Amino acid sequence: MNDNPQQPAATRRKFLTAVGGFAGFIAAGPTVTLRPAAATLAAMAAAIREVVGEAPVREGKVMLDVPPLVENGNAVSLIVSVESPMTGSEHVKSIHIFNEKNPQANVAAFYLGPRAGRARVSCRIRLADSQKVVAIARLSDDSFWFDSVNVMVTLAACLEELR
Amino acid sequence: MTRALINVPAKAQRAEVIEIKTLVSHPMETGYRRDNVGNLIPRDIICRFVCTYNGVEVFRADLFPAMAANPFLSFFTVATESGTIEFQWTDDHGNTQTASASIEVE
Repeated sequence: MNDNPQQPAATRRKFLTAVGGFAGFIAAGPTVTLRPAAATLAAMAAAIREVVGEAPVREGKVMLDVPPLVENGNAVSLIVSVESPMTGSEHVKSIHIFNEKNPQANVAAFYLGPRAGRARVSCRIRLADSQKVVAIARLSDDSFWFDSVNVMVTLAACLEELR
Repeated sequence: MTRALINVPAKAQRAEVIEIKTLVSHPMETGYRRDNVGNLIPRDIICRFVCTYNGVEVFRADLFPAMAANPFLSFFTVATESGTIEFQWTDDHGNTQTASASIEVE
């Protein structure tokens, strides 16, 4: 046997695995609908009410920095900062992050105080879909302020099980 | 649990606002994923993080499954006095991981 007849076999094998992989991907498509029910706008509103109660939430003071377009929803960098002098009498008590379409509306809650010095927290979050992310800050006078960002996600988190 | 990385400045001026960065290696399993035979993988996340400065709590976080794996957190605090800054991560099963750093304030 010479080496030449093996060459096409190897490429055929490569071709078949490639096609097989693609077919598998297509077959996995419909199972996307079997994902756990995503949190809806109502679920997010309920999660927010749980934190805020009946108090009004005004826009401003909070700066939520999330890239508007992310490639990978498994780790999205998020920076939230609040305009506040951070003194004993005037500071940020807590910052809460919510999302619209992940299976659960809560993302995180950060509790600060006058000893934080600066009301700024950064972390990395998961996003299951293109959606709105909301940050709500509670100040020491118990007023609530928010900021929101719409994020486009090309590769969503929570879908790794399809591979 | 697993390995934690922390970054605290070794020296600071009094009343200076310093940045603290923390990273702990943890899969942060959401409880919404399925394995290759379709069974739900049980949830296992770090749900609480606390930072204390000489025994006084300066930062606390409640985390949910939407935090990315290997949770990274960065925040600020005022350098008030020399001493130790301690960190504690708690997971769903109540296991804790601690780390500490010392800081010298001039």
